[in-house]
Amino acid sequence: MKIAVFASAAVIALAAGLGAAAARDQVQVAGSSTVLPYAKIVAESFGEAFPDFKTPVVESGGSGAGIKQFCEGVGEDKIDIANSSRPIKAEELDTCKANGVADVEEVKIGYDGIVFATDIAGPDFAIQPVDIYKALAAQVVVDGKLVDNPYTKWNEVNPAFPAWDIAAYIPGEKHGTREVFETKLLDVGCDKDALKAAGVADDAVAKTCIAVRKDGKAVDIDGDYTETLARIDSNKTGVGVFGLAFYENNADKLKVATVGGVVPSTETISSGEYPVSRPLFFYVKKAHIGVIPGLKEYVDFFISDDMIGPDSPLAQYGLVAAPDAEREEIRAKFDAGTTM
Amino acid sequence: MTDAALPHAAVDTAAPAKRDFGLKRRHAAEFRFRLYGIVAIVIGLGFLAILLVSIVSKGYTAFVQTSITVPVEFSASIIDKDNERATNPRVLVSANYPIVARNAVAKALGVSIDDKAAMRDIAKFVSDGSRSTLREIVLADPSVIGTTRNVTLLAAADIDSANKGQIDLTVPQDKRKVSDQQVAWLDQLKQQGAISTPFNWGLLTFGASSRPETAGLGVALVGSLYMMAIVLLCALPIGVAASIYLEEFAKKNRFTDFIEVNINNLAAVPSIVYGLLGLAVFINFFGMPRSAPIVGGLVLTLMTLPTIIIATRAALRAVPPSIRSAALGIGASRMQMVFDHVLPLATPGILTGTIIGLARALGETAPLLLIGMVAFVADRPTSPLDPATALPVQIYMWANEAERAFVERTQGAVLVLLIFLALMNIAAILLRRRFERRW
Repeated sequence: MKIAVFASAAVIALAAGLGAAAARDQVQVAGSSTVLPYAKIVAESFGEAFPDFKTPVVESGGSGAGIKQFCEGVGEDKIDIANSSRPIKAEELDTCKANGVADVEEVKIGYDGIVFATDIAGPDFAIQPVDIYKALAAQVVVDGKLVDNPYTKWNEVNPAFPAWDIAAYIPGEKHGTREVFETKLLDVGCDKDALKAAGVADDAVAKTCIAVRKDGKAVDIDGDYTETLARIDSNKTGVGVFGLAFYENNADKLKVATVGGVVPSTETISSGEYPVSRPLFFYVKKAHIGVIPGLKEYVDFFISDDMIGPDSPLAQYGLVAAPDAEREEIRAKFDAGTTM
Repeated sequence: MTDAALPHAAVDTAAPAKRDFGLKRRHAAEFRFRLYGIVAIVIGLGFLAILLVSIVSKGYTAFVQTSITVPVEFSASIIDKDNERATNPRVLVSANYPIVARNAVAKALGVSIDDKAAMRDIAKFVSDGSRSTLREIVLADPSVIGTTRNVTLLAAADIDSANKGQIDLTVPQDKRKVSDQQVAWLDQLKQQGAISTPFNWGLLTFGASSRPETAGLGVALVGSLYMMAIVLLCALPIGVAASIYLEEFAKKNRFTDFIEVNINNLAAVPSIVYGLLGLAVFINFFGMPRSAPIVGGLVLTLMTLPTIIIATRAALRAVPPSIRSAALGIGASRMQMVFDHVLPLATPGILTGTIIGLARALGETAPLLLIGMVAFVADRPTSPLDPATALPVQIYMWANEAERAFVERTQGAVLVLLIFLALMNIAAILLRRRFERRW
């Protein structure tokens, strides 16, 4: 009994004392779950290629949470890199600066495509942004009047579609993907003049355009693509939104839809033909470079062509590589140490 | 009591008046109640069976891993083409071992090394983890360079899935991860006897990996072990000391009542709240490292404490007062009474409560999320201060992976976690059986 008391006292003392004293010798990364698989591949390859450094630790949790952690301050107990599937917002950068994270370097790693897919046995879908808007918006204009979305079947939206009940599994509101979905599809497909003609105030138009119906036909998925896949598995007439990489890993279960007549692929996305894509980033704390062992090497390794080039393991996983000139630019920018 | 007298009474009265005791109704009620009970048990067991069958049927394949045994030529022209290993040993570390592995498989299949397209497909046949396998062999014994040796390499995850029959070969070739040519090669290697499916020790020893075939629970097991040790070392003495004081020494007044209510409330606090507390206190205030099992262990300690205190107090209360009176009556001090008589009798209850608290802590992910333990950690931790994950965290992370081969690994990891939980619960039952005393 006494030994146990002493042992636990020792553990607590050890934790308080050593915890503060221990120097961190591995890079710590947090952020976007979209960037996570890529960061994992890079971290693992980095550990194998540089036996002198420890393998970086990569946390997930979402772009917003990652940037928030990143902006908490400078020091060994704060993370070094935040992965993000969207650019950092001005107010987030302000928080960073207020907490002493003055120099933030932005590094773009490539592009991510967002695709629509149905069960493999389903018919071909050729989607235009306007179809998505009509099928999923909360309110649409019918005969010059703004009404709650009356469409219940896909063929009512567009006669070329099958007579399936509308059931779309779209990314939830906390996902970075949702923003792309709203700006590249709903907003594009929305006829703003018709909305204004139907009496929507000018400043409410943009908001009305991206409001998604809440009657159960559009289901927000707050988990990740595995959940969306499970929904499609159980509802064979559902339409799901996936990342290109996830689709390519499950192409034997899913059939991909074209958007604006373009089949999503790494080629069509990097050329900009396929409309629904977004850049992926990570943010580096400049104050940590040279302090945390391996941080500079990790970033250099990440943005080398071995990792983000067209034949790299990341491209094989589904990352759309940036064009050659842009990759050169990314490297030059990091070498120069340009901060935001 | 009066049973013996009853027959006489029955004989005496000629025609006993039929009285309604509601016997039929009461029997029917009892029958219905029993039926409800049986139905409830059957439903419970049914769901348990469905759960177990679905986990086992999806997960058992994770315990074997397809491996390819081929003669590997450790060609000096690939590993050390400038012959500088004597002066610069780093060449052996950074050599292009995947090419060595690829060429070995190509040779076994009789494919020419100059056939670029075929070589690309063959490169996808062996795991990229072969880099470390071959590197270890060469670093351990550099004289192997220039010779040929039989080496067992892990098959890539897609080939592993194909070998286990998890890939639907009726789907058109461009829609699946394994081409017809690769399936044909797999069959060819099988006929040569090069394919084996040994027990997947890697599942228990490897750290996290982006490649399913080299992903394992190693880091998570070590992390969970550290955390359980810390919880046991911290929560048990603190919890037992607190309950002994509250139960045996403290005066019963408003203040101790207040403490008791608070402890009971703490036991019901959602675990994520302890995660927030851990982040604020241990990481931000004490400056302990992120993602480290020491912080996880301390957070789980806080979470487990109320459970242990409640169980210990119940166990102490179950010791009959006569034991206490007898000890005091023969002149023992209060402390001798507690430590020599009450505590030994309460031990089985305390241990059961502790083990159940530990089992609950072992299955927790939510509080670990905020202290950075839901992370990709590839290096095995050497101390509780190094980054690590935990078993349920690894399950969560694998469940989110896109690759097909992670599905079976997720279920396999669930099985491992269930086995640990079952072992702990069995230990609790055995301890109770062994030490329990009845009065």
